[in-house]
Amino acid sequence: MSKLAILFTGVLGLLLVASLIGWVLARRGATPTIANLNARIRAWWVMIAIFGLSVLIGPGATLVLFTLISFYTFREFISLTPTRPADNLPLVAAFYLFLPAQYWLIWTEWYGLMSILIPVYGFVLLPCLAVAKGDVDDFLPRVARTQWALMLTVYCISHAPALLTLDIPGYRHESYLLLFFLLTVSQFSDVAQYVVGKLYGRRKVAPIVSPSKTWEGLLGGGLAAMALGASLWWITPFGPLQAAGMAAVIVAMGFFGGIVLSAVKRSMGVKDWGSMVQGHGGVLDRMDSVAFSAPIFFHLTRYWYVP
Amino acid sequence: MIAMLLIGVTRFLVGGHAHWVGCAPAANPRIYFANHGSHLDTLLIWAALPFALRDITHPVAAADYWGGGGLRAAVRRALNLVLLERGAATRGADPLAPLREKLGLGRSLIIFPEGTRGGGRLPGPFKAGLHRLALEYPQAELIPVYLENPARAFPKGAFLPAPIACAVRFGAPVLAIPGEERAGFLLRARAAVVALAG
Repeated sequence: MSKLAILFTGVLGLLLVASLIGWVLARRGATPTIANLNARIRAWWVMIAIFGLSVLIGPGATLVLFTLISFYTFREFISLTPTRPADNLPLVAAFYLFLPAQYWLIWTEWYGLMSILIPVYGFVLLPCLAVAKGDVDDFLPRVARTQWALMLTVYCISHAPALLTLDIPGYRHESYLLLFFLLTVSQFSDVAQYVVGKLYGRRKVAPIVSPSKTWEGLLGGGLAAMALGASLWWITPFGPLQAAGMAAVIVAMGFFGGIVLSAVKRSMGVKDWGSMVQGHGGVLDRMDSVAFSAPIFFHLTRYWYVP
Repeated sequence: MIAMLLIGVTRFLVGGHAHWVGCAPAANPRIYFANHGSHLDTLLIWAALPFALRDITHPVAAADYWGGGGLRAAVRRALNLVLLERGAATRGADPLAPLREKLGLGRSLIIFPEGTRGGGRLPGPFKAGLHRLALEYPQAELIPVYLENPARAFPKGAFLPAPIACAVRFGAPVLAIPGEERAGFLLRARAAVVALAG
């Protein structure tokens, strides 16, 4: 059995167990929490089916999938952010030029330009477009929001599929397993923190920013995700201990991604980024941890494992 | 074909989810009236209607803009637009005649009573045409519609729409009150749209 087949069998097994637990809980008595849990599990089936399909078709399909994820998260972010008519031009440039260009650069493996396109060219060019209509009201916050949205939803998230381009000796044709590692550890960490927090959570980590996050959930869920990461070392170029360390980085960055974006949401007066993913909220609610962990995981792997 | 393409692109870019807050979709004659801030408005309401209602619903559009040939003519046919003369062109003639003709056939209309695209979140003052149609066609239900965000996604003067999620909210029918004056009716109609803005 190929590594990929083993991994997807494992994921499907986990999902089956989760669905069974959800079904038993719902039969014992329906509460809103259990209904939400089952909605989340159903959404997981769909998300994993989409991701599995894109991996089976090939890197092109994976890149298209992440282009769409960037598009939907960018739209969610901008929709909730105050904008003025004069912002249309920079937003149009961000969406019609910078977003496809970023993924095209990953497709052509032009790492040099891919890593500076948005932080350098976007940073200086988008304000030039924003200033064109002569609207100075709230100018700096408006320009900053556009740049932040592009950095977060396009630049950061694009580093997840960029893992496919890493030229690690002896690992060239398996680099999609690194993407699997990143997504599995970060998503499992979110789920495990949620479950442990619901069951044993007492002390809140950040009562104002994110009241649902607890120390018990963070430590219990985080350790479980590290253990999962270590047990997956055989699909990575890392040793078992290194895999645990990388998983710890993904868990920590994912946790901070959740907290920081929770603060952003609260500053905008909303609880979820959208309603596209049943039970989870918006696409960005699911991707907040990936947005923060992907670029760091990408660079650490690149510095240490790409000669 | 053109209609499906326009709807597909609009759905992908800005969504436009339909929320039937105060009424359900129905085929009886209706006048949908909405706030107006973007060229996306007509398309969004039209796309929010169930497929079967689109053929019997006519968005009202400005003749000076949508009366042209080429692409505009193709869009006009695809969306069943009825044209309304504005400004100097209306002198002497009855601008509401094409609208009356559709209502007379038992069809529905989509109108923007502000008369022009505004820039704000809430609509400006309504023009009198809505009141006259309401008096002449009491059998037509007056459905307030609030369009959320199209003026942000595709404001006046922009050349491409930005990806900002929009929503279409259909409210409860505004009922005519016998003997009510025009100004009072128009204020009430506008307030029904504003109430949907949340």
